[in-house]
Amino acid sequence: MDFALSEEQRMLQDSISGYLESACPLTRVREVAEARDDRAEDVWEELTNLGVHGVLIDEDYGGVGLGYLEAALIAEALGHAVAPVPYAASSIMAPTALAMAGSDEQKEAWLPRIAGGEVVVGVGVTEQIGRRETEGVTSADGKLNGKAMFVLDGASADILMIASDDGGLHLVDPNSPGVTRNKLKTIDRTRTVAEVVLDGAPGDVLAGSVANREPLLNMIDVGRMILAADTLGAAQSMLGKSVDYAKERRQFNRVIGSFQAVKHMCAEMAAELEPCRSLVWYTAHAYTAIPEEGRLMACHAKAHLAEVGKFVARKSTEVHGGMGITDLLGLHYWFKRIGFNRQLLGTPELVREEAARVQQWI
Amino acid sequence: MDLEYSPEYREFRDEVRTFLDENKHRAPNAARMIPGRPNSPKEWQQLLIEHGYAARTIPKEYGGYGAEPDILKTRIIAEEFARARVPTGHSGDNRLVPTVLELGTEEQKQWLVPPSVRGEMTWCQGYSEPGSGSDLASLSTKAELDGDEWVINGQKIWTSGAQNADMMFCLVRTEPDAPKHNGISYLVFSMDTPGIEVRPLVSMMGDAFFNEVFFTDVRVPKDQIIGKRGEGWFVANTTLRYERGGLGDPNEAENRLNRIVDMMKRETVSGERLIDNPIYRDRLLKLQGQILAMKFNGMRVLSHNIKGEEPGMARWIVKLNGCELNHQMAGLAIDVLGELGLLYDGSDYLRDGGFWQARYMLDLGLIIGGGTAQIQKNMIGERALGLPKEPKVEAA
Ligand SMILES: Cc1cc2nc3c(=O)[nH]c(=O)nc-3n(C[C@H](O)[C@H](O)[C@H](O)COP(=O)(O)OP(=O)(O)OC[C@H]3O[C@@H](n4cnc5c(N)ncnc54)[C@H](O)[C@@H]3O)c2cc1C
Ligand SMILES: Cc1cc2nc3c(=O)[nH]c(=O)nc-3n(C[C@H](O)[C@H](O)[C@H](O)COP(=O)(O)OP(=O)(O)OC[C@H]3O[C@@H](n4cnc5c(N)ncnc54)[C@H](O)[C@@H]3O)c2cc1C
Repeated sequence: MDFALSEEQRMLQDSISGYLESACPLTRVREVAEARDDRAEDVWEELTNLGVHGVLIDEDYGGVGLGYLEAALIAEALGHAVAPVPYAASSIMAPTALAMAGSDEQKEAWLPRIAGGEVVVGVGVTEQIGRRETEGVTSADGKLNGKAMFVLDGASADILMIASDDGGLHLVDPNSPGVTRNKLKTIDRTRTVAEVVLDGAPGDVLAGSVANREPLLNMIDVGRMILAADTLGAAQSMLGKSVDYAKERRQFNRVIGSFQAVKHMCAEMAAELEPCRSLVWYTAHAYTAIPEEGRLMACHAKAHLAEVGKFVARKSTEVHGGMGITDLLGLHYWFKRIGFNRQLLGTPELVREEAARVQQWI
Repeated sequence: MDLEYSPEYREFRDEVRTFLDENKHRAPNAARMIPGRPNSPKEWQQLLIEHGYAARTIPKEYGGYGAEPDILKTRIIAEEFARARVPTGHSGDNRLVPTVLELGTEEQKQWLVPPSVRGEMTWCQGYSEPGSGSDLASLSTKAELDGDEWVINGQKIWTSGAQNADMMFCLVRTEPDAPKHNGISYLVFSMDTPGIEVRPLVSMMGDAFFNEVFFTDVRVPKDQIIGKRGEGWFVANTTLRYERGGLGDPNEAENRLNRIVDMMKRETVSGERLIDNPIYRDRLLKLQGQILAMKFNGMRVLSHNIKGEEPGMARWIVKLNGCELNHQMAGLAIDVLGELGLLYDGSDYLRDGGFWQARYMLDLGLIIGGGTAQIQKNMIGERALGLPKEPKVEAA
């Protein structure tokens, strides 16, 4: 029994965060955000070299074949740096679905290119969690109709994976006839979502997802887990910034961190956040090691990190006083990243309801 | 990450289960017992010691089972007893005994540990005073050396169990001129010593589990001091460390949550199961997420401890979060019971024997006792996050 990261996992964590710290500081994030680019090209490339996009993909398909815990550690590092690169959908959700439900041909066609950083996959599953502006997506005879909203990592994705109402997962070329894509502007400029209108668009269904919702549900689970890990990193970063600021900023001839009101805000953030680390680790580990707990844990990780993330984002901003809400300081990049993670793939209340169903309480 | 138990531990777990299956019928009723406190019947305690399920790591010569410390086995015992809903044994007193074993003389160990472990010598903790609660080191109950005896004068308060305890471990000021932390000594003495008066203090729960204790010229032999004269503060911190480890146990919290789940499936309001009410259910689920996070945090702390590593922040937050969650759970249980949540004192229709009403109040006490929530936040802020202390205010 050892509830801890292995030496290799710690090294992975250090290498990704070390790289991001030097190559993806706030100034770089800001450039991407202000230019409204869909990703930081240089960071994307180097992350490819570090094996990030192939973290889950089998070595046979050019990946590094690691597990969800490693994937979550990477997400945490990306969240910590508010790194403007696709990850949750493209590098984790899509490969999960392909590995589980793809035919050999589909795997051959996409997994090596994902691992190699050649393609970004946008994932559209919102309609299967909570439908808003659409009647959903239907599929018949290899053609898709309807609208997929909030397609994650989707703005300039090279290929889309869209879920239809029957649970089928379809690979859709965004440039094919019958597909209209529209990037949605969100609070968070470090990741993208798109609206995809399908009008008889050709889709290549993942063989294993026909009449089987499990691949879809699994993909949602791991997406939730990764967004939770991203929030963990972003919130940890906000706590660190708050503590640093509280040690430096002076008012009333004292550093503000010596005022209990400020100290207790920091302590409350730490007390809320620290157990989240263990929840995320356990969830990621359980997903493969204790599969019967995987879905419940993914729900709890998503919902709980959304709540704690929101709390930390707010308190951290307060510790910074007026500076907290300025663009100059840039704390808002973390604030918004956490908000984005909260809203996507199910808000806390919806996800907790799912946790109730998973436990057959209702 | 390795959450699997190796064969040695799986076998050990089987052993504990077999023991519980065979002996469960001899166990006392768990309902009215506080885990870890020496209030279980002596025969049950004796049986547990013989099998190594109580006083496990206390050396044989002091009445224990004498096993090597093995955090995982200790945990397995706790888990299996909780699962079987059988009360655990104790290790004498989870604050005093480890302190004596670590810092006491050979004579003191022989004198104090074996009867404590057998449950024949029970303890109360005489730390807090009317003027010294959170600021414990300002305590003023004094002890002066007169020949071969300490002479104690002063008052303690909130002393849990003093009315039933055989002995007290007590902090007294012995060096009035030293800086406050360096003037304290740690004495142990019988509650039958002349000059001690115990006055029960009735709590909001309606019972008097704590007391005021008055000392008038109480004479205690000089050698009944643990550690050196003037070093009592550091001895006490050893004790506090053991005490804090015991508060906010996440496995216990999970068991309690599961009891609420069962209750919400069983109880109805206007014909609807409580669990079918989406607002109640959401509160329950929120707590479940928090409790799971604390459970895994506990596993992480445990793993650090096994390896002899300092768990850092993961440890600092346990008392604060654990006590808060317990209180919130009891609050949820009462809320979902509606009017039934008002019942008390063994009333008709009382649910779960009034457990939740009692816990709601007691758990609030535990948020305060053993270092208040605010003091916990100060410690997290200052010791774990490195924020500066507040400017000192000179004593008036
Ligand atoms: C939207 C907005 C509009 C504004 N408009 C104007 C304007 O038009 N004109 C103008 O002059 N100013 C304006 N301000 C400035 C505003 O008045 C200050 O931001 C505010 O007084 C806080 O000061 P600060 O930002 O320097 O934070 P700080 O004083 O540095 O506070 C940082 C943190 O320390 C805490 N803190 C500080 N001192 C103590 C203490 N003694 N005890 C406990 N905690 C303490 C604070 O609560 C905060 O959490 C505006 C600010 C905002 C956010
Ligand atoms: C159920 C229960 C059992 C107990 N059992 C025992 C026992 O067996 N033996 C024993 O010796 N004691 C016992 N105690 C006493 C307990 O340790 C004290 O109650 C506790 O240390 C707080 O001290 P106080 O009650 O004097 O409150 P105070 O210290 O007066 O605190 C009052 C309020 O002020 C706040 N406060 C104080 N100092 C600070 C600070 N520096 N910063 C911010 N806020 C501050 C506190 O958080 C609290 O909210 C028990 C208490 C309870 C509730």
